This record gives sequence, C-alpha cells and structure tokens, in this order.
Amino acid sequence: MFLKKLVVASAMTLMAGEALADCEISGRVNVVGNEFPAIQTVGIGAKECTGGKVSTNLTADHQKINVAGMTGNPAEYTSAIVANSSIVALINEDVIRPLDDLVAKYGQGLKKNQLITIDGKVMAVAFMANAQHLVYRADILEQAGVKPPSTYEEMLAAAKTIKEKGLMEHPVGGAYMAGWNLAQEFNNMYIGMGGEFFEPGTAKVAINNDAGVAALEMMKALSGYMNPDFLTHDSNATNAEFRAGNVALMNMWGSRAATLPDADGVDPAVKEHMAIAGPMTVGGGKIPATTLWWDGWTVAKNISDEDAAATFKALTYAIRPEILNDTTSPQAVWLINGYQPTPAAQGVFDAANAGSVPYPMLPYQGLLHSALGAELSDFMQGKEDASTALADVEAAYTTAAKEKGYLQ
Amino acid sequence: MSAKAFKQPPALRTFSSAFVIIWLIVAAFPFLWTLWGSFKIELDFFSKADWRSALTGARTILEHGSSFTGDGYQGAWVQEEFWKAVLNTAIVCFFTVAISLTFGTLGGYALSRSTYRYTFWLLIIALIFRAMPPITLVAGYLLPFFEWNLWGILPTTIIVLVAINQPFTLWMLHSFFQKIPKELDESAKVDGCTQFQAFRHVIIPVMWPGVITTGLFSFLLAYNDFAVTSMLLSKENQTMVPKIASFLGTTQTEGNVMFAVAAVVSATAPLFILVMFFQRQIVSGLTQGAVKG
Amino acid sequence: MKHKTFFWFILPTATAMLLFIALPIVSVVTQSLFTPHEQILKTVENCTPFNCTESTVVDLDATEQQRAEQPLGRWAGLSIYLDRGHLATAVIADAWTTRTSIGDFVDRLGNLPFYRAMSFTLTYTFVVTPLLIVLGFAIAVAVNSLHRHLKGLVIFFSLLPMIVSPLIGSLVLFWMIDSRGVLGTGLQWLFSNPDLSLKASTELTWIMLIVYGVWHSAPFAFVVFYAGLQTLPQDTMESAMIDGATRWQQTKYVVIPHLMPLVTFVALIQLMDNFRVFEPIVGFNAEAHATSLSWFIFNDLGGETRLLSSASASSVLTIIGVAILLSPVLVRTWRDFKAKG
Repeated sequence: MFLKKLVVASAMTLMAGEALADCEISGRVNVVGNEFPAIQTVGIGAKECTGGKVSTNLTADHQKINVAGMTGNPAEYTSAIVANSSIVALINEDVIRPLDDLVAKYGQGLKKNQLITIDGKVMAVAFMANAQHLVYRADILEQAGVKPPSTYEEMLAAAKTIKEKGLMEHPVGGAYMAGWNLAQEFNNMYIGMGGEFFEPGTAKVAINNDAGVAALEMMKALSGYMNPDFLTHDSNATNAEFRAGNVALMNMWGSRAATLPDADGVDPAVKEHMAIAGPMTVGGGKIPATTLWWDGWTVAKNISDEDAAATFKALTYAIRPEILNDTTSPQAVWLINGYQPTPAAQGVFDAANAGSVPYPMLPYQGLLHSALGAELSDFMQGKEDASTALADVEAAYTTAAKEKGYLQ
Repeated sequence: MSAKAFKQPPALRTFSSAFVIIWLIVAAFPFLWTLWGSFKIELDFFSKADWRSALTGARTILEHGSSFTGDGYQGAWVQEEFWKAVLNTAIVCFFTVAISLTFGTLGGYALSRSTYRYTFWLLIIALIFRAMPPITLVAGYLLPFFEWNLWGILPTTIIVLVAINQPFTLWMLHSFFQKIPKELDESAKVDGCTQFQAFRHVIIPVMWPGVITTGLFSFLLAYNDFAVTSMLLSKENQTMVPKIASFLGTTQTEGNVMFAVAAVVSATAPLFILVMFFQRQIVSGLTQGAVKG
Repeated sequence: MKHKTFFWFILPTATAMLLFIALPIVSVVTQSLFTPHEQILKTVENCTPFNCTESTVVDLDATEQQRAEQPLGRWAGLSIYLDRGHLATAVIADAWTTRTSIGDFVDRLGNLPFYRAMSFTLTYTFVVTPLLIVLGFAIAVAVNSLHRHLKGLVIFFSLLPMIVSPLIGSLVLFWMIDSRGVLGTGLQWLFSNPDLSLKASTELTWIMLIVYGVWHSAPFAFVVFYAGLQTLPQDTMESAMIDGATRWQQTKYVVIPHLMPLVTFVALIQLMDNFRVFEPIVGFNAEAHATSLSWFIFNDLGGETRLLSSASASSVLTIIGVAILLSPVLVRTWRDFKAKG
C-alpha cells in the first residue's frame, strides 16, 4: 500500500516537474561522455534546460577526447562524464574545477554520498553505481545439486559437478579478453585475496607476492571450465554465451544484468532461471573479489564562472529524482534520491553492503591496469608461471611509471 | 587482346575457370553469409548454439514467426538514424576525392615533368610520410583542433583525409603522367602556351582514366577510414564506419550487433553500385599505365 | 620545368602534407625525446559514494610550477627508445650475460614486448606480401581469360575483400571462425577434431591473421596486375608464339618481365601496409597472441593514462622500420630515376 502511494506520489511530481521544467540557465553547456542508456538519459535531461545552449557528445571514444577537449581556454567541453578510473586523467591534467561553491549554491537536492571529494574538495557528482557480481542459472545448479556459490572455491566445485554430470561443457563464463578485461578480473581476484597494489604512499608496485600468485592460480583454475577462446571474450561475448545457454556461472557487470534476459531469442530456460547474487569472496578473505564503480559528472576548469554555473545547474537538473520512471529506473543503479532498486540491481547493492572496495582512484592505477592487461595473457595460456608473469607486469609498469614521472 | 594469342587448351581453360570460381567463393562468401545473416536475430547469426541456426534461423522463427526479420535494418536506419551517417560519408567522400585529385594531379604532373633531382627526394619524402601510422597523427591533431574550434566538423576531417591520402595519390598520378608523352605538352608550349595552359588544354583531356583509378583508391580510403573519423568527428557528424563500431557496445554496456550487421550490409551496397558503374573506367584507367613505378 | 612553375604546381599538395603530416611528425619526434615531469605525490582523504579512504594524488600546485618552467617536460634523450617497452637494451644485455644457453636467451628476448611484436610483424609482412602478389597475379591471369561479359561481375566480387573496411571485414570473419561459427565448425569437421579452436592457440591465430591479410590485400594486387595485362605488347607475344614458345615460356619471358614494375609498386605499398598491421589484431581480438608496433601505439594512447612519449617513440620506430624495409626498393627507384634522366 505504501509502495503504491509512493509510486503515485512520484508520478505526480514527475508530471509537475515536466510541467514546470524549471531549469533556466544563462551560459553554454557541452557535455562529453560515454553513450550507454543511463548517460543518454542524463544528456536528455540536461537538454531540457532553457536559456542557454546545451549540447552533448556521447560516444564510446569519450576518454580519448575529453582531456584534449577540456584543455583549451575556453574549453570546448564544459563537463565530462567519468567513472572512478577515468576521473584520474582529468585531475592529473588539472582540467576540472572544485565544485564546493556550486554545491552550496545550487546543489541542495544532492545527497552527501553523491559528492566525490578529493583532498576535501568536491570534484565530481556521482549519479550511478556499478559492480561485478555473480550471475547464474538456478535450474542448472539445482540439477547439479549445488547451492549458488558464495566463494570462488565453491564456484570451482560447482563447475566441476556440472561438467561431470554432463550438464554443460564449459559451465563458467568470464570476460577474460586480453587487455582491460583480463586485468580487471585480476584486480578483482587480487583484492579478494587481500592484496595491496602499491607500497603505501608511493607509486612502487608490489603485486609479485603470495596474493598475486594465488589470484592468478585461481583465474587459471576457472579458465579450465571456460570456453577455450576465453582470451578473446569481452563482456559482450560472455553475455552472448550465457544467453545461448552455454554458461551457468559468471562474474558479470551489474549494469548488464537488467538487459541480460531481454534480448531477442534468448533461450527460454535462460530467461526463466537466470538469477543474480552478490559478489563472491576468494581464498577465505572477507572482502569480496570485486570492485565498486561510480559514474558521475565534472565541470571544466577553463571556462567562465557563468558557463560553469549553467553546466552545474543543467546537470543537477538532469539527475533530479523526477527523472526516474519505468524506463529509466532499470537503466542503472542510480544514486539519486528516491531510487527504488529493481530486482536486477540487487547484485550491486549486495556488493556494496558486503564491504567491497571501490576501484582505486590512484593517479598511476591506469598504468598498472594496462601493464596487467598486456602481460598476463602469457600466464593464462600456460606459457610462463605466475611469478614470472607478475615480474613482467611489474617491469612493464615500472617502465611506464618512470616515463610518466611517478617513479625515478 | 588478340584472341589467338590467348586461346587456351580445354584443360587449362577448365582449370582457370575452376580457379576463378574458387576465388569468387573465398572472396564473396563472408559477405553473402553476412547478407543472409543480417535478416536473423543475434543469437542465430552468432550461432552460439549450433552453426546451422545461422542458416535456418531457428530462434528467429521462435521470436518473429518467420525465419527472416528486418529488425536490424529498422533499428539501424530508423532508430539509430544511420541515414545521417550515410549522408556524412557521402559528403566526406565527395570532397575528399575531389580535393585529393585536384591537389594530386597538379603535384603529380609537376613531379613527372621536372627533371631536377629534388623531384626524386620529394617522392621519397612523400613515401616516408605515408609510413607514419595515422593514429599517431590524429592524436597530435586533437589539442590544436580543439583549441581553434575546428574539432568535430566535417571540413576538418576532409582536409586531414586529403593530406593523409596525398602521398599515395602523388605516387600514382606521377607514374601515370610519366606515361603521357612529354612531346604533347612540349609542343603546346612551343605554340606559345604557358605550362599551366598546356596542362589545361593538352593534359587534362587525356588524363581521365588514370585520375578515375586514383580517385577510386582515394574514395576507398575516405569511405573505409576509422582512425581519423572516429577521433575527429563529434557524434552527430559521424560517418558510417565509426557509427557501425559504436553499435558494437563497450565493456560495461550492451551493444546491438544486429544493427551493426545490417549497417555493414547497407554500407557495402553503394560500393556495389559504384564498382558496377565505374568498372570499365577503373580497368581502363589502370590500363593506361597509371601505376608503373 | 622551371623551378617557379614547379613551385606553384606543387604548392597545394605540399602545403597539405606539410601542415598535416610533416608538422605532426616534428612534434612526435620532439615528444619522444621528452617525458612528463616528475610527479609530486601527496596523501589525502578521498570520499566516494561507498566510503572515505586515504589515497595518493598528484600535488597539482607543485607540478604546475614545474610545467611552467619547462613546458616540454624533462629531457629524456633516447631513454624512451631504449626502455623495456621498446628496444630494451639493458634487459637484453643482462639476458645475454646471464644466459644459460642460446635458447634461453631467445626465450627471454621473446618475453619482451617489442621483440615479440617484431617477430609477429616481420613474419606477417614477409609471408603475406609474396603470397598476395602470387595470388593477385593468378587471379588476374585467370580473370583475363574470361568472357568479357563475365568480367564486370567477377571484378566486383573480387574487389569485395579490399573495399570493405578492414575493421568490419575482420569482424565478419571473426564471427565466422568462432568454434561454433560456420568456418570454425567446417575446420573441426575437416580435421575431425571437435576441440579445434582457431582463437585459442598462438600458431593458429597467426595463420588466421595471415590468411586474412592475404585475403584482404590480394584484390589490390589483382587490380593492378589485371590492368598491366591489358597493355601486354601483342607483337612480342605473337612473335614468341611463332618461335614456338610454350604457354609457360610466354608467361615467364614476356608476361612477368612486363609486369615487373607493377610488382615493385605493389610490393612497396604492401610491405608498408603489412608492417603497420593493426586492424586485424583488434578485429580478431588477437592481442594475446600477436601484436605490432601500430598496436602498441593504439594501446599506449587508449589506456586510462595515456603514454604519449612511448607512443611517439613507437611511431618513430615504425617510420625507421618502414625505411629499412623499403630501402632495396628505393635504391632501385633511384637507379630508374637516374636512368630516365
């Protein structure tokens, strides 16, 4: 009953909001960002503002152009939509401005936990969250007589049972494509094993240790139950495998869970029995083997205060509670006031509640990520042992970090 | 071609026909397969379950009641407004080819008629320029283009494509002009024409076959380019190839592969018409020795 | 032609190339010799929607000052060229002095990204280039003997692999060679090995990329050679026939010498393009098995943190590599040029 009232109430406010469209700006707004549906929603919201010119450039290549597009004076883009991994490049190049004044003036509707603060200064406003977590086939697990796994060790055991019972040839799925994806899976596993990437307070890498080796061995063991082409499977290919009914267990992005059973022609068994759960732990650790992500917007530094205020107002307006409706709510795990989690969002919430850690916002984390992506595939193919692979990663990272001036 | 000189014995004839047929299958099969698959749904096209479902469309029947669906085309053309990208590609290709050829004929003609040693070095430098990977060049353009407000618009992309294409165009047209006898324009000059007049009245009328061939290669470069167009064009000005790439999705977001497949087929269709229309010119252009080194 | 006339004719093309190729090359070379300043780090508290933690950030005020003093960055000399990501001279020297055997040294060399990429790139270049020339020649001869009404259609279909963007062409093939795609299944049936997967082994991935490379570029050679065949000197052919030359002798002594300049041209362009192999590696998701210099550049520029100096050094190395590769052809062109006067 309460829920019904709430829905009616929010529907009323939504209509009221549309009728008023009270976003009057005086300045130029130009947003660069990724192109997925939730960000499109934000883009459309910002464009409802009147009084100034609002344009958006939402493209998958946003990361290649946002620094260059915010460097000039005045900057082409007045705002970039970024995630915890990509905000680092903008901060390093000093192209985004602190938002404290603007938050005080125009940001009353924002929740405290939406504000990303670095060194005490608000640098971005987050509007959605994401994490990787378990997606599984309830029917297959039942037939195999196993519970949904809560640790990677249980996942291995479940995969073994499923394979032995002849239910599936390759029961485990994973986005293990060499490069960014493979590195991300290592990050998850390494965090789950309780590893630290760097010596505290320095850019000196420290992953060639027991946790690192254990993380790699676990990944190798999992890959034994994957499609042999796993080094070419990104999250799209992994999802396609799941939809075709070839995979029973996988660690997948929360943002993909809602549309997973939706596509045309998905196997009816997959549609009916797909289930999600929180992320798994590994090696007896307490912290789940996953990372938390946020997406949020920033405001450029090299623009007039007037444009900055307009940008802030338009984007705050674009993430007001009234934008949530039946279409937009399932698009993401929104961090906006009044968001009611859809069932598909449960995995991300579980991840946050289980004490998962955010993807590190370190200036040199991206360099390590690239080094991992390039050097780990030899190990996954069985061409070298875990500790050689990790030594290669460290050497590659150190070279890059020296070039960028993080190490001497 | 003298028929007599090339009269083949039956065995050789059979062998050569069989070879052509095999080659045609190898060359065209992937595209016929794509064309057929573009009317299916994603799981059938990928055939994750069984390769035969790409032929029969098992899941397409389940979903749409028929083994063919135009959903991919509808999604790409109507929902995602692929026609805009087609229009942009048409603009980019037309101007890139036109400007490339104008610059290239002038430069190539000059290089072929001058006997000074620097012409050789100019050609070599052009070749070295061609060795530069385009993606480094593009990364270098970003900052100045943003600063001067030139980023994201079609003219910038066109002039960059023209420049990147110049070395190849120069080499092709230079060798083509060398095949046109020097006496032609020399005699025009003796009659009192300036070099440019000689070029205009004597060379232009006979240069078309070579220019058309070179134009074809310029066209293909502009049409197929990904490195430049994906980095230098804003979303609303995108051409076909980056648009297709954007249908494929990224790590954290769902792509729509069937839109991409339908768009790939749509992008090949105009080329079919183009080649059918120009094939005689293409071949005759090459015939006149456009590419002799 | 007078210098002045020459200048006006060459001006438009030279300006375009100067502005959009030569200037960027100068800036790339400069960039490869400088690196960003030493970053001064400090520890601060960061808050996200999930929690607040101690974290490290770059001290922007201190860095800004350094940037203002030296806008180009630190002088690095050739150190980027020699680091582990490129020529890795120090690592090689170490591997050589501490080697247990030649095999061990080669293994350690193959573990370095640059040399691994080179081993693929050079194999690819030197296998694909001759194969595509031979295939292109064979197609040209076969098509040339077809009935003229058939030629148009055959030429269109022959051109298909070339005229479709490499990014898309390789994607289409990538879908087909999946172990459950039509070609993958066909190969499994052919070799009666149900576990065969082209994407899972390094050797098969190389073969797949090479086959793709030949398939993609053969039409270029075909078009050029086909055109060359149209200009065969008929009188020479006929006199060869009268002299009783066999078909094979005609091909060897008349056709091939006539096409030789075209072979040079095709080899020149294709050596260069194959050395810069890039799109198929991305299209086939093959980076676990095969990389190239162009792929390095893409990887350096595409990460969360862009490595501009490293990408620039790779670009310069590409140019040098192409120059070395083409030097025999260039020497030949120089002789031709001098002969022409």
